[in-house]
Amino acid sequence: MCIECGCEEATHPAQDHDHSHHHEHGPKTLRIEEDLLSKNNRLAGQNRQMFREQGVFVLNLVSSPGSGKTTLLEKTISALAPAMRIAVLEGDQQTSHDADRIAATGVPVKQINTGAGCHLDAHMVGHGVADFDLAETDVLMIENVGNLVCPASFDLGEHHKIVVLSVTEGEDKPIKYPHMFRAADVLLLNKTDLLPYLDFDLDKCREFARQVNPRIRIFELSCKNGTGFDDWLSWLRQQILI
Amino acid sequence: MHEVGITRNLVEIAEDHARRAGSNRVLSVSVDIGELSGVVAEAVEFCFSAVTQDTMLEGATLLINRIPARMVCEECQHDFAADNLTFSCPACDSFLVQTTQGNELRMTELEVE
Repeated sequence: MCIECGCEEATHPAQDHDHSHHHEHGPKTLRIEEDLLSKNNRLAGQNRQMFREQGVFVLNLVSSPGSGKTTLLEKTISALAPAMRIAVLEGDQQTSHDADRIAATGVPVKQINTGAGCHLDAHMVGHGVADFDLAETDVLMIENVGNLVCPASFDLGEHHKIVVLSVTEGEDKPIKYPHMFRAADVLLLNKTDLLPYLDFDLDKCREFARQVNPRIRIFELSCKNGTGFDDWLSWLRQQILI
Repeated sequence: MHEVGITRNLVEIAEDHARRAGSNRVLSVSVDIGELSGVVAEAVEFCFSAVTQDTMLEGATLLINRIPARMVCEECQHDFAADNLTFSCPACDSFLVQTTQGNELRMTELEVE
């Protein structure tokens, strides 16, 4: 060891000490093991704890734009409220159109505009629910930004991710966007009233969904004519009571 | 393009660790990006220089270690490299498979001045 500076370079003679201590001030390597989503995951954990403490059942609705999430919420709210106290967080890049529709049902709603953002994150949700009285809320429905890619990676602290797929989008969406269908617990196949006018293959869609997620629960329904809606509602009621 | 947000997280985490190590300049940062993480390594590379502008990481080298997906079958315990996203066991065709590798999205090393 060098007696001048304590470095490990034992080979250089003490008088030939012109390495000027670069090694002390030179690059230093730090070993790190930190998830790049650690901040979101930490905040999602805080949200989850808050929801548990307040007894709020939370759903995160994800889908491509136009699958019928807002209509699904309107119909679900009118079936469950006021017996169940529901609050809604609406995520969109712009406008309060969806929040206005939900407000018309009479339940508390808050619009989150993500601007350039393509998904909601745990931080936005934590602040978004600050306007609600969670102690007086049984169910929180979060309508994520319409996008089948990014929201799959962001835990919001929800109990279930519900992916909505409308039959006009094609039966192969589950294998085209496997991350989302793998992250979700429930698949709602919506707009089934349109099936007579489409080439949509229902069996194939179920098969594709189970290929990427064998445990996914599938409901087929039409928010328009109400077909299949009771199965979804009874599952939801059952989950809320657990 | 949630890769921009994720790259911002990367900068935040790196600056935090550098600061704690008494440095204000990061020379290189190494990250593991799994094939199933939902994050496109090329997109992170693409936005890295823009996102790191005016930060301790400006001019830093980004080293991405891509981690391939591996799975194990719940039915026959076969361990296999998942070379596509259909998630089926090549030995018994079951879809009941667990991911054992490929979800990584983490910082592993920092070189600071």
